[in-house]
Amino acid sequence: MLEMRKDIFADERDDNLTEVGRPTQRQDILGHVTGTSAYYDDHRFANLLHLQVLRSPHPHARIRSLDDSAAARAPGVKRIIRAADVPVNLNTLLSLIQFGKDDEPSLATDVVRYRGEPILGVVATSERAAREALATVRVSYDPLPAMFDVEEALRPGAVSVNPVYPKNTFEYYGKYDHQKLRFGDVEAAFAEADTVLEERYQMSPIEHAPTETNGSIAVPDTNGRFVVYTSTQALFFSLDTAAKINAMPSNQLHFIGGTVGGGFGGKVDTLTEPLAILAARLTGSPVRYRLSRHEEMQFGSPRGAERIYIKDGVMRDGRVVARKVTAYFDSGAYTRLSSYAVVKCVAHIPGPYTIPNVHADVFCVFTNRTPATAMRGFGVTALDFALECQMDKDAVAIGMDPLEFRMLNAYRDGDMKAHRREAKNCALIECAQVAAEKANWPLREEFRRMSSRVGRAATRAGAPVPAAAPARTRAGSPQRVPYDRAAAAAPAPPPAPPGAAPEPPATRHAGSTHGALRFSSVFGTRRR
Amino acid sequence: MKTPIQFHLNGEEVAAFADGGANLLDVLREAVGDLSVKGGCWQGTCGTCTVLIDGRPRLSCVTLAEGCAGTSIETAAGLRRGADLHPLQTAFMERFAAQCGYCTPGMLMAAKALLDRNPSPTRENVLDAICGNICRCTGYEPIIAAILDLAGGSGRRRA
Repeated sequence: MLEMRKDIFADERDDNLTEVGRPTQRQDILGHVTGTSAYYDDHRFANLLHLQVLRSPHPHARIRSLDDSAAARAPGVKRIIRAADVPVNLNTLLSLIQFGKDDEPSLATDVVRYRGEPILGVVATSERAAREALATVRVSYDPLPAMFDVEEALRPGAVSVNPVYPKNTFEYYGKYDHQKLRFGDVEAAFAEADTVLEERYQMSPIEHAPTETNGSIAVPDTNGRFVVYTSTQALFFSLDTAAKINAMPSNQLHFIGGTVGGGFGGKVDTLTEPLAILAARLTGSPVRYRLSRHEEMQFGSPRGAERIYIKDGVMRDGRVVARKVTAYFDSGAYTRLSSYAVVKCVAHIPGPYTIPNVHADVFCVFTNRTPATAMRGFGVTALDFALECQMDKDAVAIGMDPLEFRMLNAYRDGDMKAHRREAKNCALIECAQVAAEKANWPLREEFRRMSSRVGRAATRAGAPVPAAAPARTRAGSPQRVPYDRAAAAAPAPPPAPPGAAPEPPATRHAGSTHGALRFSSVFGTRRR
Repeated sequence: MKTPIQFHLNGEEVAAFADGGANLLDVLREAVGDLSVKGGCWQGTCGTCTVLIDGRPRLSCVTLAEGCAGTSIETAAGLRRGADLHPLQTAFMERFAAQCGYCTPGMLMAAKALLDRNPSPTRENVLDAICGNICRCTGYEPIIAAILDLAGGSGRRRA
């Protein structure tokens, strides 16, 4: 049974959350169980044509020549679509918010940069006719050296993947080759730390594998517009992208979607709509462009792989005094959304812990892999995996309970984060306490009594600082209170009686009405 | 070359012309117009297109349509009787056993085949019955719970 701990999360939401913990029904469930929910492919049109694309068999190659004359004459073929037919062939998804340079063609022109990159489209009376025609296209390639490693890609003289970013890194604000975070002085803290632990973490790309593959149907309307039925997760984003690539005003496009057969982030890249619309324009007929399962698994953009190095400086008493993160996000051959994932990654460093010295460099790197995209917290999820593995290893290294180690270092209200923002509404300690209770994980008394509301300044007053652990006064770290097991022996304030209301939180900010606003601004509008 | 075929679909006689080599999934969706059957992989691996042929669960995407002449085929579109939902449908609704809903028609048919054959399945039987149906949203547990709700043979949800 779920419960909303209003004593912990009161500031987060103003509503009473009366539905939490009670069974409920989806508003669209009746359609799902009766098979009447209309996905994009459940719309029927007379004279429907089918678009399929020729894909590169090489991860990196120059196209020397291309002969599609047999395909043009193949049975059922209505139209060949070449790169020159695409009105604006170069695009980057986040150009809609002026973030990044156009770096990806809809159809490759002279060079292919990942295995599966679209080169040529065939529109035919059936998918099968389109595929059979594609099989007759003759392409001659000069294979080029391919880059598959994010660190090799950054070495001087490395093969350049994408001519728009010749140094193989995304350019932030037109000049920075990575995102930085600097807080305190990690090198000085490493020198003083009792233990320094450096580890390497490597993620794999992950395919979303929705049961419905990416696809769309573009239908010429009676008024010169195009109605587009699509599997997209990002309806208006896809509409604007399709309008840009087709050089048409967005009011000529009417996108219909919302019933998506599984997305998880894998349907935000506008993979099919622009070419389906172009094909409908060029033929005057409705055109469906549907990825096969093979295409979805091999060439549909995955969660990008990340390589993360973490170096921690830890004191014997349990304090993490320094954290240095160097991470490489494998964007694949083109940017798509990876530049944004890197920004999210840096925003999440150093995790939910108050660490006085933090240093991070995170790179968005181009390789000859399938372009990566959004997936379930991309940029953050892999980092969390690495950070929490590192926390376990840190705890083992100093012989401390891993849960108590996290609680000791957890953000508390009023702490200064590495991003120079004050920590508010913290609840990691309370969550850990509840988790420990449910899992019968033994916590020592002082950890059972610990509170996120009691800022470190208050703790300093209550618990004498052992001489063995001098308070750190490094720049940016005034709030950190040293901890030592010996402190457990110090007289503790009496525990609150069971069931008593939590202590008036001294550091809790006024104006809890802003809580809901903040909650929605963080989680409500960026969910992918 | 198109071949005429006749079969029963959800109790009704239907006739259709199938392209040579066409699969049952395409014939049901394109020629007959039953859009409750979904395609997920078109290669017999995901279970999304599951229908019942003479009571047995079959993958319609790898079933030759011509071979279905004279058979009785059931799909999710035929589960409800008029306004009344099948108890499986009600159980799926109450148990939140669908999110995107795309695997649901196939999942329902796999479950129906099990319950028609064995009105009192164990959890093991349920796992065995739906092990060929991929769901990417729910994590399967709500689906298993919904099917087990009917495991008593009464066709009514147990309290």
